[in-house]
Parts: sequence; structure tokens; C-alpha cells
Amino acid sequence: MAKKTLLLIGTKKGAFLAEDDGARSAWRLRGPLCEAWPINHVVGDRESCTIWCAGGNEWFGAAVWKSDDLGRTWSHSSEGITYGEGGTPIKSAWSLGRRNGALYAGVEPAGLFRSDDGGASWRHIAGLREHPSREHWQPGGGGLILHSMVFDEADDRRLWVGISTAGVFHSADGGASWEPRNSGTRCDYLPEEMRYPEFGQCVHCLVAAPGVAGRLYQQNHCGMYRSDDGGLNWHSIENGLPSSFGFPVVVHPRDPDTVYLLPLNGDVLGRYVPEGKCAVWRSRDRGASWQALRRGLPQDNAFIGVLRQAMATDALEPAGVYFGTTSGSLFASADEGESWAVIAEHLPTITSVETLAVDG
Amino acid sequence: MADESAPAPEVVVILPEALTRLFADSATRITVRASAVGDIIAELERRWPGMGDRLCDSTPQIRRHINVFAGGRRLGLDGVLEQGAVVTIMTGVIG
Repeated sequence: MAKKTLLLIGTKKGAFLAEDDGARSAWRLRGPLCEAWPINHVVGDRESCTIWCAGGNEWFGAAVWKSDDLGRTWSHSSEGITYGEGGTPIKSAWSLGRRNGALYAGVEPAGLFRSDDGGASWRHIAGLREHPSREHWQPGGGGLILHSMVFDEADDRRLWVGISTAGVFHSADGGASWEPRNSGTRCDYLPEEMRYPEFGQCVHCLVAAPGVAGRLYQQNHCGMYRSDDGGLNWHSIENGLPSSFGFPVVVHPRDPDTVYLLPLNGDVLGRYVPEGKCAVWRSRDRGASWQALRRGLPQDNAFIGVLRQAMATDALEPAGVYFGTTSGSLFASADEGESWAVIAEHLPTITSVETLAVDG
Repeated sequence: MADESAPAPEVVVILPEALTRLFADSATRITVRASAVGDIIAELERRWPGMGDRLCDSTPQIRRHINVFAGGRRLGLDGVLEQGAVVTIMTGVIG
């Protein structure tokens, strides 16, 4: 059966799904879904045709939505997404991750939850918030959020999370205990003598490279970094980029040396693409050099931003790359970023983009 | 002194559509027996599991932007109800 690509899109006003024609050249959009709740992240499972959405609204709090029929019908649950009676209320579910049948949710204020029944109920992975640094965690511009999860390809017990603003933390025992992994990442918002703390970094997005144990990339509030040892040491790879500031980073689905990001002009300068000219920046050599990819992207008065979860690749050959903007435009490349086309406009602020291959 | 053996007051509860749309087979107007607002929340949770979490946070209180009115007053979880009260649960004005 022919395969189609489904784009899973989170926005400030519901989830949307965009399905292609099998050639990634024409797209059909459905939404808003999830009762137009603010949705921060959408992920899917190809085998079961299940889609989950992490979100929450000001009236009804945090929840994870679930559809077992590729978005036609939905239910939601927050059973167990709590820090307990008397605990700080959870405002929103921010990010979702899947590993060997388990579903993980990162929330605001920062914490990690796990579901072993497909999202019907959840349990708190308490070890993270029991870390002694927790009282010093500070909210970033998006709140005190756990927004990134990375799972070791070979070892179920090993995982990493990114928290704004606390930094990267690693667990080697399935979440029971954690340690900061921020060595080499700086905090330009601290006095010079305090710029490389053990924790407190503003990691914006954390991803793993396929097929290379320990290879991680992170876009930080203050720089772009690569680690080759599971985050024990981070190396700046921002040389050649137009800015050290941005939100998303994604890795090629098969090439661990190819990485994409979308630098913005700076944290206090409006947070839009430099000079109003939109470009995805790609490295083919794990960050040693960078190339701006502009063909098909707006190059005049494009004061757009892209949020941390709003960029994705697919697994096709050649790989597709996608990103959504804060101004509601969705761009797609079917040739590894060489050329781009806008495939949706005037959506609400796009918070996340993921891809799912489905039977056509 | 209240007669603890007497049945709790019968009250009418009006729910917002933004809430009932989240729960299959729920209704925007129901009648329950409840002495306090907290009893209503417990009954809603019994009928439609998960609804209590949509209305209350972990502090535990009625969520900040959810309002519960009866008799011209805004009530919290311990708000006392009288026989025949009409309790209206509404989403607040935010955003």
C-alpha cells in the first residue's frame, strides 16, 4: 500500500493534521482538533494509527488528548498528571515522547510523567523533581517547562531531558536519579564569572543523532552545541551561523552529521529571522560548517519566528524537512532543505510539527 | 443542629458546553443531591470520570478561571447549598 506523510501540527488554537498526496507535493489540512485547546506537541504511532496531543488551557488545566483513528475522534486524560494534593498545579502538558510502548509527557511546571496504558493514566517520575537543584530552576520566556526528551537507542534506562531554564539532565536508571549534563554550555545572562554553572542553562531544544551513541545536539538560548558523549561535554558549533539564538534543531533521519536549525536574530531584538530574510541553516559535518537554505523561503520583510518544537524531518528518501512559524505558516521541503514551499498559511501560532508515515 | 440522617439538598447544576463537549454522554443540566459545592464535584467525577480534574486543581480548589455561582454568590468547594439551589458553573473571562 502506498505511504502518505501526515504532518502533526500543534498550535495555540488546537491541533491540525496535514496529509500529503503521496508525493509530498499537495497537502490537505484538517483542524482545529482537540476543541481548539492550546496544543504544545503532537506525536503519532504508525502501527496503531494513534495520535497524542499535549496541551492545556487556562480554564481546564493540562491534559493529553488521544485519537485511535488518525484524528477523527478524540478523548483526553489527565489522570495522574499531578504533583499530588497540595502540590503545585500543573498548567500544561508540553512535550511527548515514546519509547518501547511507554509514553512520556513533560509538563509545566517542569516534571516528567509516564504512561504505560497509551495515555489513559499517568505516573509521576518523581526522581527528577527530587534533584537538589530543583529549588533553583527558573522559568524562561515560555514558563518553567520540560520540553525535550531524548531516549537512548540501545538502553531503555538511559534518557535525557531539557528544561527551560534548568538545563539538560540525564538519568541512567529509568528516571529514578538524575544528574545535570551542561558542561560547556554558557549562560550569557549571568555575570562572566558565573557563565558556566552546573545547571541553570536555558536549553531550547535537545535532540539525538541516529546511529551514533552519545551524539546529541542542542540549540540553546546562548549558542548551538554538540556533544559526543551523552552530554558530559558540550562543544560550541555556532561558528558560521548568523546568530547564536534560536529554538528548534532537528537531525537528518539517517545521517547523524546532518543537522538543521533556524537561527533568530537574538533574544532581545524581536526574535525573528535575521534581517527579515528566512533561512534554514544546515550542516553536513556535525556543525563544523553551515549553509543557508533559502530557495522558496520569504526573503523580504519576513519577521517570523519558529518555536522550539516546530521543526521536523520525515524518514523518506530524500528526507523531508518541515517547519511552522509563529505567524501560522507551514513550510515544507521534500529535498533535504534545498528548496521550500509554503503548504499552509494563516494558521494559529504553530507550536510544534512532527511527521508520521501512514498507509494511503 | 443539622439532621445528619436527612438526605442532602436536591440542587440543579448547569454546566458549560465547553466542559460537556469533553465528556461523551454528559449533560449541561443535571439534578444531584449535594450539601456543598465539593459534593457536586464528587458527583460529576463519579458520573464522568476526569470531569473533577477539569474543574479543580491540586491545591485543591476550584480552578482559577472556573466560576461556581449559586444564589447570587460565587462559591468555593466548601460553599453550602440549600434545597432547590441552582448552581451554575461557568468559564471565566480570560485572554
